[in-house]
Amino acid sequence: MTTVSEHAPNPAAGDPSRPIGFGRIQRKEDPRFVRGRGNYVDDIVLPGMLHGAILRAPVAHARLLSIDASEALAHPKVVAVITGKDLEALNLAWAPTLSADVQAVLVTDKVRFQGQEVAFVVAEDRYAARDALELINVDYEFLPPVIDARKALDDGAPVIRDDLPGRTDNHIFDWEAGDAAETDAIFASADVVVAQELVYPRVHPAPMETCGAVADYDTVDGRLTLYETTQAPHAHRTLYAMVAGIPEHKIRVVSPDIGGGFGNKVGIYPGYILAVVGSIVTGKPVKWVEDRSENLMSTSFARDYIMQGEIAATKEGRILALRTNVLADHGAFNATAQPTKNPAGFFHIFTGSYDLAAAHCKVTGVYTNKAPGGVAYACSFRVTEAVYLVERMVDILARKLEMDPAELRLKNFIKPEQFPYANKTGWVYDSGNYEPAMRLSMEMAGYDELRREQKEKRERGELMGIGISFFTETVGAGPRKHFDIVGLGMADGAELRIHPTGKAVVRISVQSQGQGHETTFAQIVAEELGIPPEDIDVVHGDTDQTPFGLGTYGSRSTPVSGGAVAMVSRKVRDKARFIAAAMLETRAEDLEWEKGRWFVKGDPSAGKTISEIALGAHGTLTLPDGVDGNLDAEVTYDPPNLTFPFGAYICVVDIDPGTGHVKVRRFIAVDDCGTRINPMIIEGQVHGGLTDGVGMALMEMISFDEDGNCLSGSFMDYLIPTAMEVPDWETGFTVTPSPHHPIGAKGIGESATVGSPPAVVNAIVDALAPYGVTHMDMPCTPARVWEAMQGRTRPPV
Amino acid sequence: MRMNGGEVTRDVEPRVLLVHYIRDVLGLTGTHWGCDTSNCGTCVVLMDGEPVKSCTVLAAMAAGHDIRTVEGLANGATLDPVQQGFMEEHGLQCGFCTPGMMLTARALLDRNPDPDDAEIRQAISGQICRCTGYATIVRSVKWAAKNPLGTDSGTGAAEPGDTPATEDVKA
Ligand code: FES
Ligand code: FES
Repeated sequence: MTTVSEHAPNPAAGDPSRPIGFGRIQRKEDPRFVRGRGNYVDDIVLPGMLHGAILRAPVAHARLLSIDASEALAHPKVVAVITGKDLEALNLAWAPTLSADVQAVLVTDKVRFQGQEVAFVVAEDRYAARDALELINVDYEFLPPVIDARKALDDGAPVIRDDLPGRTDNHIFDWEAGDAAETDAIFASADVVVAQELVYPRVHPAPMETCGAVADYDTVDGRLTLYETTQAPHAHRTLYAMVAGIPEHKIRVVSPDIGGGFGNKVGIYPGYILAVVGSIVTGKPVKWVEDRSENLMSTSFARDYIMQGEIAATKEGRILALRTNVLADHGAFNATAQPTKNPAGFFHIFTGSYDLAAAHCKVTGVYTNKAPGGVAYACSFRVTEAVYLVERMVDILARKLEMDPAELRLKNFIKPEQFPYANKTGWVYDSGNYEPAMRLSMEMAGYDELRREQKEKRERGELMGIGISFFTETVGAGPRKHFDIVGLGMADGAELRIHPTGKAVVRISVQSQGQGHETTFAQIVAEELGIPPEDIDVVHGDTDQTPFGLGTYGSRSTPVSGGAVAMVSRKVRDKARFIAAAMLETRAEDLEWEKGRWFVKGDPSAGKTISEIALGAHGTLTLPDGVDGNLDAEVTYDPPNLTFPFGAYICVVDIDPGTGHVKVRRFIAVDDCGTRINPMIIEGQVHGGLTDGVGMALMEMISFDEDGNCLSGSFMDYLIPTAMEVPDWETGFTVTPSPHHPIGAKGIGESATVGSPPAVVNAIVDALAPYGVTHMDMPCTPARVWEAMQGRTRPPV
Repeated sequence: MRMNGGEVTRDVEPRVLLVHYIRDVLGLTGTHWGCDTSNCGTCVVLMDGEPVKSCTVLAAMAAGHDIRTVEGLANGATLDPVQQGFMEEHGLQCGFCTPGMMLTARALLDRNPDPDDAEIRQAISGQICRCTGYATIVRSVKWAAKNPLGTDSGTGAAEPGDTPATEDVKA
């Protein structure tokens, strides 16, 4: 077996053991974490701080008749109880979502999902706040719920959102991309057409740290400091200003260390707003941190797409066209966080890595009596669903054509010379070179040998499957003229200061939840300016200290903020050239750059390092006209296009024919994220995403009974892979830089989550071929696999 | 109880969980919680050298026992080899599960100085990490096994005053 070392030094790194710039270095944030010195929201304790707890609705759909909080208020440690009526008086009962809808902060009229926020207790300690919840009496009139998205648009279905004027049904939007007529024409004349319904179940990001906030409102100067688990502190600040009417310059949002996000911490949850209201009402800081059940039952889920997929091809295996109709379950409020013009996110990248003649997709969004959201879970704005669709359909086609799935893919890839490639739904792929990645993954896997082994095992009645997935992602939103969230263009700022002694601080607008921004961004500055990463501090997560930008989700930190950091470094470098020229008494155009210093062309001994130039800038030297006495700069980076990372994944599974238990024996992942900044961090991002993918494929699902009771409200019921369920990942890479990104980097955070589920499912379906199984929906739990073996596949509920 | 080598005594409500006692009463916030229903292992500490989920132990039950948290792993400025291993091998991303993982690793290495992959995976199987995918955690523990004395420079940029919590308070 060939292994490809992730630790190979990047040629750009110079001394690979201690690179100044790109290469494998230890993370700068780790010393505090290994000492238990991280600072997460629940670690924050302010003087006089009170504790909040939320009373949640026990049913999915009910009219609220009355709330009696008198007993709770009589509790000696309870300071306040806030209900929807109180919020109505403050005009805060409803808050805008990130998708042009509104969401109830506390129920005023009707409960719309189980676990919805009904009342907020503020007490002296966390135990008392919880105790008091049980002292609140609420009367409900139960209503029939809409749980199955397929029935949401039925005539006579209960109307969930009767709060919206003129609403008579549960329809949210219809959205389409591609050319329907052109696509239909190709389908009508194609040799081979296969169709399959694919259900991508509702799953949950479930970061190990739940969501929470500490709100500190200063009643004297009207200033709000809000410590929050947020991936997008600046966007939150603007929204709080809009919602609460607190002037934006009086709001400071601090996102300290975040214990995992995966999209869960993009939205603004009622709990955050309630902590703010609690602090305003009591005049004291208020902490609210949800428990695990609240996290799983009420914060944003991901997926929940029912997709009718169809693929058309010639009988020789040339793929011609793809089309799909999707029913998207958005829950009780449309609280997804997609760019305004893209209610289904970037789902229209569903043409994948293939050169198609036509494609068309239509997505219909509906309300149901389930938790709102659909934000994410490492989804790159619905690319996860798109990749699952195309990669399953291609495998189903391969089966139909009796072709090897690797061969079918190789035959249909977009060719390297076709890039930049305009697909049929409006994307322009920046760069790609798919075949080498596919071939590398096959070589690492020993693909032919695996197929031989499978053949032998099949003869012995053993179930072994090999699954392939080849994905193309679209990340880094992103040109602001096309993409915005509630009107805020998706750009990011960076600000760089070089202190007189040559040490640097770079301030960024994106927020790490474990991705290692303090290291990666220092390495970008290091690469551009030749300052060692240990001499560069990265400041993030505090709106008072960082420039505006839209935050971290959709793998946008490196594509957007990374671009900003490279550009601001270059701005400093350009300025340094003029200062160096003054110091060297020469003309700027006579200077040449090498990593870390400007020197005189033809006389390398005459030069000034960045550190010397910084001192010069702040010293007594007479500076050229128009050059300020500092070595600082700031930029806002608006990317010219998205970036399109890709990868080739191969999964090998063994299935126990007696129990249906799936064991992921091997997983080979070849990723191409363009220029690689820190291979160690990249590998970590891939490993984490693969684990998410295996979790979704095998065990994760937020399910409901027909009354709308959430059946997955704890880690007993919502299963997440442990070290026992995942293999030792085998990773490799190719490098195809982005032509438009300042350093050629593309983003990696979600690639593996996007790419791995179809590889696992393809492997399982492949293993079950002797049973005639051509498709099964996730999660492939032992019971569901066993049922599939008995010829009873059914969509998950 | 003994906490990281020092005696601590406090009066608490009988229902207070050990994890809340450690975090809210003693202010040692290196121990995290992810569920408080015994399902995630984020809250693992060592009780008499054995890993326990501190959300399943009442503070009162820990009376008289020896508790070790992440704050008690380093020896002054020198990190435990397990801490060094996690930094060397990228055994952490968000750092939330990390204290519990490292304490379990410490307990494992104390009874089995040279564990294989399967033994390490078994040892941490009650603890969820949502970020790393576990392989780098396995490598981190192996690094610590291979370097039982750590490295000389293994201070992880120590900060002054970073010593295990010891105090002597009587309620
Ligand atoms: S917090 Fe103790 S097991 Fe989850
Ligand atoms: S490092 Fe984030 S949960 Fe393990």
